[in-house]
Amino acid sequence: MTGHAETEVHFAGSNKLFISVWVWLLLLTGFEVFLGYIQLPVTYMLVILMGASIIKAALIVAYFMHLRFERLNLVLTIVPALVICICLMLLVFFPDSFRSRNLRSPAPVTAPAEKH
Amino acid sequence: MATEAQAISGDWGGGTLPYRVGHRKLGMWLFIMSDSLTFSALLIAYAYARASNVWPTPFKFYPSIVFSSIMTLVLLSSSLTMVMAVSASARAQKSRARKWILATALLGVTFIVLHMIEWRHLISEGLTPFKLPAEWAEKWPGATPLFGATFFGITGMHMFHVATGCIYLLIVSGRVNKLKHEDVEISGLYWHFVDLVWMFVFPMIYLLSIDMTK
Repeated sequence: MTGHAETEVHFAGSNKLFISVWVWLLLLTGFEVFLGYIQLPVTYMLVILMGASIIKAALIVAYFMHLRFERLNLVLTIVPALVICICLMLLVFFPDSFRSRNLRSPAPVTAPAEKH
Repeated sequence: MATEAQAISGDWGGGTLPYRVGHRKLGMWLFIMSDSLTFSALLIAYAYARASNVWPTPFKFYPSIVFSSIMTLVLLSSSLTMVMAVSASARAQKSRARKWILATALLGVTFIVLHMIEWRHLISEGLTPFKLPAEWAEKWPGATPLFGATFFGITGMHMFHVATGCIYLLIVSGRVNKLKHEDVEISGLYWHFVDLVWMFVFPMIYLLSIDMTK
């Protein structure tokens, strides 16, 4: 049976490659922490941090979780479904969070001293 | 020359693996998909609660962010040791694979200990899932107590996964001689997923909550 032959160990990627991926992950994390240190405005922080996190997640999935070396069948089963589901959640999140942000009551200010 | 019927039975009659992975590995991938959606829902709910409320940003760069960065370093390093374990297992070096798996579990335990220290510190300040410390409530007037609920809920859920992963890895290391390579690889998939989730939890919970006040 071809199936049994195909389950034999197939492991691509060298230790050198994995170490270089790890170094990239550390560098991206260092970059994120640096952004926190210089205290960018929160909107810029959010966009850049999410971008960096998606790159880090892609590196982990592709190399550490070996998905880059798996059959395209498996990749196409896992990745698009996940991306679509998360996008559907965000489709609700974005408009409504902006709406509720605009509705948000301002922070209470200290009551002025009573006039006599 | 194969007939049409033979060709169909060859492809669809069983005995072939369209994904070239065993059923257990495919099962782990499907579990990871569902767990990804769980964490996505938690993080999106957190972002929603945060956008809709006055939100405290209590973490000082030092010590909080430095401490959580060290936790991130520990977890990233545990992913490297895990991939080394899988690599050794692929070359049938079982003893070496066991050592790397144990190193991974040790780093996982280190992460939990560091996290517990941080939790203890925040709880001692007065943070609970339902209440902010009095000092925070004064500093960020009108801030929602949801901070505690989301913080403990998300980091607690992640810590539960790390703890489960440590137990899983200890079992795998104990049975590594009997297990197939794919079983070691599956435990690696779980562990890397736990690391991957932290790559989103760390910036969203910590780096976006840095105390900007001097």
